[in-house]
Amino acid sequence: MSAGTTKLNVTVTDVVTVNELVKRFHFERTDGGDLPTFSGGAHVVVEMRDGDKSRLNPYSLMSSPHNTRDYTISVRRDDSGRGGSLFMHNRVKRGMEMVISYPVNLFSLDLRAKKHLLVAGGIGITPFMAQTAQLAGEGGNFELHYTCRTPALGTYADVLRDRYGKRVNVYYDDANERLPLERLLTSQPLGTHLYVCGPAGMIRWVRETAAAHGWPDETVHYEHFAAPQPGLPFDVTLALSKKQIHVGEEQSLLEAMEAAGIDPPYLCRGGVCGQCETNVVSYDGTFRHNDHWLTEAEHCSGKKIMPCVSRFEGKSLVLER
Amino acid sequence: MPAKTILSRPVYGTLSPQTGKSHLFVADAEGASAILDLAKKAPDGFFARAHIMFIPDTSRSQFQAALKALKPAQFYEGPSIAAALPRLRQTLANAHMGLRIYLAGTEGLIGQAMQVALEAGIDHSSIQTEHRGSWARRVQCVHCKGITENVTTQPATCAHCGLLLLVRDHYSRRLAAFQGVCINAEDPSEIPQKEEIFR
Repeated sequence: MSAGTTKLNVTVTDVVTVNELVKRFHFERTDGGDLPTFSGGAHVVVEMRDGDKSRLNPYSLMSSPHNTRDYTISVRRDDSGRGGSLFMHNRVKRGMEMVISYPVNLFSLDLRAKKHLLVAGGIGITPFMAQTAQLAGEGGNFELHYTCRTPALGTYADVLRDRYGKRVNVYYDDANERLPLERLLTSQPLGTHLYVCGPAGMIRWVRETAAAHGWPDETVHYEHFAAPQPGLPFDVTLALSKKQIHVGEEQSLLEAMEAAGIDPPYLCRGGVCGQCETNVVSYDGTFRHNDHWLTEAEHCSGKKIMPCVSRFEGKSLVLER
Repeated sequence: MPAKTILSRPVYGTLSPQTGKSHLFVADAEGASAILDLAKKAPDGFFARAHIMFIPDTSRSQFQAALKALKPAQFYEGPSIAAALPRLRQTLANAHMGLRIYLAGTEGLIGQAMQVALEAGIDHSSIQTEHRGSWARRVQCVHCKGITENVTTQPATCAHCGLLLLVRDHYSRRLAAFQGVCINAEDPSEIPQKEEIFR
């Protein structure tokens, strides 16, 4: 059993269509009782058993941390992904029993901050649903800035406005509204922390702009919600366990190892926590690194890979597993 | 620089110019020389957005002219650390993100200015520090909780309750003080020789 990945048996108590791309799922413990407590920004890993395939994707908990009766997640349908979100959208129904991990938080609030500046793009709003509920309950000082494509796709924009009024600012791309990032970053009181969750390009833009405006690294928090991407199938030799495995087009390398009975440690399955870091013994080909954990130099070295999100194309790959 | 003995013992670095909208320097005595050394590496116009708070060594006045020659946007000269701290608190209360903080000088100055910065919500690792000058310590007596300033000896006498204290490397950022523990609790008649070691 991997560290921090104790499992919970849950029942889907509700599936709600939020808009044309997003569905919300409610889970309660199958055996009744309360779920483990969590803090805003935490995620759970949802196991999707689809015939002989098994996919495990991380999703941010979006319900209030003050409520441990149920957990809720929101899933954006990704038609070009490897099918995890499509499975959630098309196959998961009310009453179904599923397995999820204990919550893990790699995007927590720094409660020493005097103020929290939250910046969300698209479905990156979900961890902030829980964080705003936590902060509001503790009288915390926050403001949320949320960019989305259109009012129809502005997932939970109305809910957040109802809850928090002027503390919530929404910017619609189709109305040509832009997040006034520079003005926001130069007008915050000392002691503010910045949190950003959204597409990779947005996270990069916000982090770089904050650094250029003198925000220390310790005050800038971000979460990539990158699920593993599909890719060409490839074969891998696992040197320690003396096994040959095949990684399918829509399978991650980590999932393929698990299917072969190897149990590497993991927490996030999204390329950020570093738990599943694996040494490369030898290779002949090209790595497709998709993680945010290894440094640029490590990516180029050919000595390490993050099997949760990264892939390989070429003749041979031998890993120390 | 003393060896790192236990985790809480502060470790100081070397000041270097940070990316920022404005810069706040707090220094005492020899700490001014750390600001002057940073100035050699600073980009043009850096001090036009800087505020220097300086507490000179009362016996000398060798750094004021050199610091003023950097033409900082603001220059403050205070009579003591205690007098400068409320001003620092007020400055931070009105400041915005983009302000970078640099502390230089004695451990007492760095520790107390950092304590004020922490209360303003700044992470200690976001603050640049450089030690210059005296290693005299602020020590909190764990028995009476009184703080004794400028401790240079080991052991040291608590200025509040009079107990003879072993001055430990155990440091509190929250209190801006090292911990002092009674050295002869078992046998108060045993009085170890005091040695001046925190110079």
